[in-house]
Amino acid sequence: MSAGIDLENVCCDFGSFRAVDNANVSIRPGEFFSFLGPSGCGKTTILRMISGFIDPTQGAIRIGGKDMKGQRPNQRPTALIFQNLALFPLMPIWENISFGLEVRGVDKATRRAKAEELLRLVDLPGAADKMVSQLSGGQKQRVAIARALAVEPQVMLLDEPLSALDLKLRQHMRAELRAIQKRTGVTFIYITHDQGEALAMSDRVGVMSHGRIQQIADPREIYNNPVNGFVASFVGENNIFTGDVGQVADGIASFATPHGTFRARLGEQATGKGVKLFVRPEHTIISAAQPAENAIHGRVEEVSFEGNFIAVHAVTDTGMKMTAELRNDGSSDVPEVGAQVWMGFAAARAAILPDAETRG
Amino acid sequence: MQDLIRRYGAGLTAIICLLVFFWLAILVVVPNITLFESSFRPYLPVTEIGGPKDVYSLDNYLKVFSGQVEVSPLGFTFLIPVHVLTFFLTIWYSVVVTFLCFLIAYPMAYYMAKVAKPSSVPTLLLLIFVPLWVSEVLRAFAWWIILAFKGPLNSLLLALGLIDAPVRWITGYDAVVIGLIYTYVLFMLFPVYNAVSSLDTNQIEAAEDLGAPWWKIHWRIVLPHAKPGVASGSVMVFMLSAGSLLVPSILGSTTSQWFTQTINQWFNDALDWNTASAYAFILLFLCTVFVALAMWAFKVKLSDIAK
Ligand SMILES: Nc1ncnc2c1ncn2[C@@H]1O[C@H](COP(=O)(O)OP(=O)(O)OP(=O)(O)O)[C@@H](O)[C@H]1O
Ligand SMILES: [Mg+2]
Repeated sequence: MSAGIDLENVCCDFGSFRAVDNANVSIRPGEFFSFLGPSGCGKTTILRMISGFIDPTQGAIRIGGKDMKGQRPNQRPTALIFQNLALFPLMPIWENISFGLEVRGVDKATRRAKAEELLRLVDLPGAADKMVSQLSGGQKQRVAIARALAVEPQVMLLDEPLSALDLKLRQHMRAELRAIQKRTGVTFIYITHDQGEALAMSDRVGVMSHGRIQQIADPREIYNNPVNGFVASFVGENNIFTGDVGQVADGIASFATPHGTFRARLGEQATGKGVKLFVRPEHTIISAAQPAENAIHGRVEEVSFEGNFIAVHAVTDTGMKMTAELRNDGSSDVPEVGAQVWMGFAAARAAILPDAETRG
Repeated sequence: MQDLIRRYGAGLTAIICLLVFFWLAILVVVPNITLFESSFRPYLPVTEIGGPKDVYSLDNYLKVFSGQVEVSPLGFTFLIPVHVLTFFLTIWYSVVVTFLCFLIAYPMAYYMAKVAKPSSVPTLLLLIFVPLWVSEVLRAFAWWIILAFKGPLNSLLLALGLIDAPVRWITGYDAVVIGLIYTYVLFMLFPVYNAVSSLDTNQIEAAEDLGAPWWKIHWRIVLPHAKPGVASGSVMVFMLSAGSLLVPSILGSTTSQWFTQTINQWFNDALDWNTASAYAFILLFLCTVFVALAMWAFKVKLSDIAK
């Protein structure tokens, strides 16, 4: 069973500090939804409001259509996986996992059987009688997931559960988590400040900054069509030009900068002042010949080999640093350091965006 | 040791070590050995000390078994030596004091460690500490005044209409228990507070999130974590209560007798230091055995307490 979650105009104040500002989001039942944002942007606060540890200063939270006002955490159909896991060190693993059943008065034999079953689900059979301190980070992770699943929650809330793991294990656990979510069909709300993680795992992502949700969309949309400069910068790299919007035709605007006048898509929220032009390095072309549109001349400063791609760092004749990424598939010539090159980008692949939604 | 020398230099280290040695040897070990030795010798006039009668025996220890009284707890009537009865009552009421101290200290410790705003904790601690600045004698007398038959407590309760006639508080062991709790509750509070505050708040929240009611959270998460603190607090309160002389002397009634008072009578009234020492060592030894048994029963390890 799984339930949808609606946040309606939810705000949270700590004294005079507004940690979450007017959050509106509808999370569908069975969805894998991620909140993505830098440290301190209010992600944990949102999660703690959903699980019931903090009351919103304003607004309503509904789980499965039911208003959660006044419901204590132990009355909500949610299970929270803490940033530091918060396993119980004085209990063996199986008691940890079946703690939620113990408080519901389930008898010992059933609890034990359920714990064993969940341990198999998270691929950790035979750990039932170990103590928490005997497990590795990734194993503790799985126990925390099993403990949360044991109470058959309608919503799982995960607070950066993979942040303490090393890269390989993190990638493995991502796939694992996703598989568990698909298998159980439970709604997952996942919190992370790692954009790769959010994009790879989620059905939809909510990008947050300074307590505000900036954009809610599926991962492709977030990456390809960020609504503002903050989202564009947070979910990937960019070459950024400052300038002024000129004429607009068919959604493509001319944009005058000290480095030349370019043409690019005009973002929906890009009105008036404070706008910039964003081009991703992998959409930046670099070649000896002058490209047809948005051409900039420059000189290669540094070439760094990253494995699956090659990053070329160049400086334009007007003194701006730019990066282009070439795929390491042999299809493109890698320029030498010091070479004179042309750079450019397709108008459809570049966007003129406002800096970020300012706090009101 | 190396560390000490490096930090304070050889001279200062030597002085520190000498002082510690002096403290331990002259003020603790030597007097105790002297008393221990004399507890096996008979109480004799000065002229006979070292004479033919001055031989080692267990006579002093066996004196606890002399002089029977009749007691009838729970309808059973039997005879028991007076001093043995006093000893058991002392142990029993010390256990009661310890348990009540725990009942009082645990909620306070939990409140200070996990509920109160961290900024208000220093103020709370200060408020709790202030009574400690007053001497123990004064505090015991204060309670004697408060609990007196025509004292403020009875006046207050009468004025509030909670009782119709004044209550005789200083009767049996009641006032002694109240006084001991007041004197020693902090020895329970601080270790328990330390233990509870070292618990990760997320664990309490995790338990609540999994559906646990508050009592289950305390029983399964907070108490097991605080067990070493509770254990060291209990050992301290129990030992201090059983060994307290002042409070039972001031707040005791005509029907209460603490084992330390018996020891004191041997020392000061009978001037028989030999028997007094024997009694003191009985108290020390049996209390230690009792604590060891209690620790074993509650599965507390010595290393837990040392934490
Ligand atoms: N109990 C509190 N009292 C006061 N301020 C708080 C409290 N909890 C959080 N904050 C503030 O609210 C903001 C958001 O905190 P939150 O824990 O939600 O951040 P986060 O997005 O989870 O960050 P991280 O990625 O570092 O975990 C922070 O600036 C933090 O200082
Ligand atoms: Mg957080």
